[in-house]
Amino acid sequence: MSQQNIQAKIRSNPKFAELVGKRTRFAIILSLVVLVPYYSFMMITAFNPGLLATPLSEGSVMTWGWPLAALMVVGGWLLTGVYISRANGEFDDLNQQILKEAQK
Amino acid sequence: MKRSLIALSAGLLIAGLAIAAPGALDGVQKQPLNVSAIAMFMVFVIATLGITKWAAGRTKSTADFYTAGGGITGFQNGLAIAGDYMSAATLLGLTSLVYAKGFDGFIYTVSFFIGWPIILFLMAERLRNLGKFTFADIASYRLDQSRIRTFAAFGSLTVVCFYLIVQMVGAGQLIQLLFGLEYNMAVVCVGILMMVYVTFGGMVATTWVQIIKACLLLGGGTVLMLLAFSQFGFSFENLFGQAVAAHKAGIKIMAPGSLMADPISAVSLSFALLFGTAGLPHIMMRFFTVPNAKEARKSVFYATGFIGFFFLVVIILGISAIVIVGQNPAFFEGGQVGSKLIGGGNMPVMHLAKAVGGDVFLGFLSAVAFATILAVVSGLALAGASAIAHDLYARVIKKGEASSAQEMKVTKIASVGIGLTAIALGILFKDQNIAFLVALTFGVAASVNFPVLILSMYWKGLTTRGALWGGIAGLVSAVGLVILSPAVWVKVLGNAQAVFPYDHPAIISMTLAFVVTWLGSVTDKSARAAREADAFEEQYIRAQTGLGASGAHAH
Repeated sequence: MSQQNIQAKIRSNPKFAELVGKRTRFAIILSLVVLVPYYSFMMITAFNPGLLATPLSEGSVMTWGWPLAALMVVGGWLLTGVYISRANGEFDDLNQQILKEAQK
Repeated sequence: MKRSLIALSAGLLIAGLAIAAPGALDGVQKQPLNVSAIAMFMVFVIATLGITKWAAGRTKSTADFYTAGGGITGFQNGLAIAGDYMSAATLLGLTSLVYAKGFDGFIYTVSFFIGWPIILFLMAERLRNLGKFTFADIASYRLDQSRIRTFAAFGSLTVVCFYLIVQMVGAGQLIQLLFGLEYNMAVVCVGILMMVYVTFGGMVATTWVQIIKACLLLGGGTVLMLLAFSQFGFSFENLFGQAVAAHKAGIKIMAPGSLMADPISAVSLSFALLFGTAGLPHIMMRFFTVPNAKEARKSVFYATGFIGFFFLVVIILGISAIVIVGQNPAFFEGGQVGSKLIGGGNMPVMHLAKAVGGDVFLGFLSAVAFATILAVVSGLALAGASAIAHDLYARVIKKGEASSAQEMKVTKIASVGIGLTAIALGILFKDQNIAFLVALTFGVAASVNFPVLILSMYWKGLTTRGALWGGIAGLVSAVGLVILSPAVWVKVLGNAQAVFPYDHPAIISMTLAFVVTWLGSVTDKSARAAREADAFEEQYIRAQTGLGASGAHAH
């Protein structure tokens, strides 16, 4: 079967639209979950640094900024785990089905 | 010849040690010969040369050379990516930033990290599905082969060259400091070892050098962190309390300070680090060394974990150094706390190693720092060699007609050429203020490589004309603005006031690149532009499903 034929089959398979739609949406949502807090954090450091300088508790030297920054690093990594668990599982299964059906 | 070159490089290293008599005191101060550090580094060199010999036997085709035949696992590649990203500058520079500025150093570190999840979500899978050997493969997938590929190859080479200078100069200074070797000797040693790894071992050797170094760096950093943190009873409150008491800025180190005071400057820095990372050719090349998109995703997951973990370790090291190094007169010139640190501002982590682990641990960490530089320059050289041999020679000059043997020969000549260039540039830029080169590297990566890469994958309307116009706009504005920035205009050229007030040009140059690319594309009504838009369909299906993507090459 020609390559073009396979491509046409993939294109017309509703599962392809489903895969692309779901995966793209998921990737964009996760990107926003990383970027919105990050840029909010950057804007707070620029416009209202006092907020991050608030002590965690009365009399503590530790301020809110440190655990929040650490959370962005740890959280960013955990989100990569969330993405690959779905992409390498659910999405890849769907992808395999699409490729298989196109070869028929 | 293979064996003789390896023997020669080992011989040169030993000769280098013998010649290293007391010498130049320029730039940074040269230290007495550090025997334990050199011995440990020699072990690393011998082990990695052994690996190179093994890898040389497995490097037969161009696919082996450029991408290790796509046979690296996700976990291995994750370590190698982390290794590529964690240069000596990360260990030394980030700790010294935290040591000097406290929380500002943490903000910088987070900005340096945050690009990785985004690369996974938006790029990793498409990169793997579309690319074969270089990022130019993707940029020129449906655009004009000769023009876009040439442009992308030059984009890669520019970034590689700037970054190589940064690494070589850093290597020379660091080794002078830590090992007591002379600057030029150090640069020549690094250059020759890099040529041997890359020329004979290709991607297989480069990857394993990178993996070993990443393990050493992660292990060494963690042990150092535990040793230092134990002195505070593993209590953050205790650690930070003492740091605030010890630092001359006092409680201010706990809050955002001057680094982020200007929002535009902060955003420009974050653009450069975030999108520049996604435009570094030696990092992108790593996505082609794994067999499929699944492993490519896994490698970013592991890499992000290792990088994030290491960055958090670095923060604790920096804060511990404020207390342990910052109050110990032995680490200051003239024994005066508060005067210049011995060896310069980048040394807190090294002094910390000596303070908590003694001379042997300092030696170990010095050897790891040298190994780190060596591994990073090897990755860069390989990316440069593939741009020359695969993109320029095989695809553009020979129009894809070159035989595998011919292309292999050119890759080896190119690797040696890049090694010699790196040595020459390293010596030429000795004692120069090279801080601007970091801004230039990330600025060009974010404004030239990244826009064409992301738009070629995501935007159907991208045309050859738009990509070229945008790329040139990005290149000219990035380089021009860095020249007008404080780092060059004031610090290098000696003018009183910078024309462009920010160190990082990305906020302007990257935006400009995108706008010009868009403008050049939408106004392009040529027949070729229409063909290019039509070809997007096929590319899109391949990017999404991996249909037709190059797979692993079995041996």
